[in-house]
Amino acid sequence: MTTTPSTFQLDIPEGLVTGTTVFRDEVTLHASKVTVLALLAHLKDVQKFEMLTDETCVDYYPKEPRFGILYQLYSLSRNIRVRVKVMLSEYDAVIPSACSVYRNANWLEREVYDLFGIVFEDHPDLRRILMPSDYQGHPLRREIPVQVEENAFSFNRARIDAEKPRATE
Amino acid sequence: MGLEQKFGDMGIVTVSLEKAVGWARSNAIWPMLFGLACCAIEMMSTQGARYDMSRFGMELMRASPRQADLMIVAGRVSRKMAPVLRNLYDQMPDPKWVIAMGDCASCGGIFNNYAVVQGVDEIVPVDVYVAGCPPRPETLIDGILKLQEKIKNEKLAKWQ
Repeated sequence: MTTTPSTFQLDIPEGLVTGTTVFRDEVTLHASKVTVLALLAHLKDVQKFEMLTDETCVDYYPKEPRFGILYQLYSLSRNIRVRVKVMLSEYDAVIPSACSVYRNANWLEREVYDLFGIVFEDHPDLRRILMPSDYQGHPLRREIPVQVEENAFSFNRARIDAEKPRATE
Repeated sequence: MGLEQKFGDMGIVTVSLEKAVGWARSNAIWPMLFGLACCAIEMMSTQGARYDMSRFGMELMRASPRQADLMIVAGRVSRKMAPVLRNLYDQMPDPKWVIAMGDCASCGGIFNNYAVVQGVDEIVPVDVYVAGCPPRPETLIDGILKLQEKIKNEKLAKWQ
């Protein structure tokens, strides 16, 4: 069983963290994009969080700052977990890449770039990973509609046929 | 007891060429070995001993599209897979047919989203749509029998 946060203390240097939240025994460290790389390096090297379990993004539209970048860290040697959260503005959705600290951030950041359009500075290979390379837009953003096609009923048969040119090839 | 005993000595049976060709084609359809999602599991089950698709002359799944007559699109087709599927279809020699197996291949099914093609008839012409999520093997066999009926009544001019 993972140790609950009440039994561990994180000794984090001044200035790296802007706040700490504890919700249902889950610890979240809030950081800015200026300090996040230093914080991740500190957590990995000093606090022994050797493993980046996941790196992902949340779209809080229409709030501003809009995007929350999340790093889920796990310490194999201490058996504890911590989450690092960085809020990003919609108009400046750029953040330093964590690849220099955790190498597996490479593909995770490509996925966030593909689906949310967040740009990771100094990423070794920032291109789409899930969607086709000629795809336009970033589909997990809130402004993209959930459904791409109306349900096909017989009364809009003409429109359905127009959208499916190969059906009667 | 065959025709010979019933009708006496019949040297010649006359039939239209279209009927004969259609009959021959419909009873030896070679499907392509091609599965995309959970529907493929049901397709495998259809070939297995319990449901036994080979009763209808379809026991040969070909791993190469160049040897196949029928493409069973078993599963959802993602936008990234669509050009691959179209390429495989183009590599199949005429005459060729397509079965859209399951709701996802027929109309997108539950995946009404940015990543999945809303019905495989956007990219290839479909002959038979099989409903179900996934369709049971009996349903797929029913779709295949429908396709055989269709092939038997096809005009030769269609493949010119």
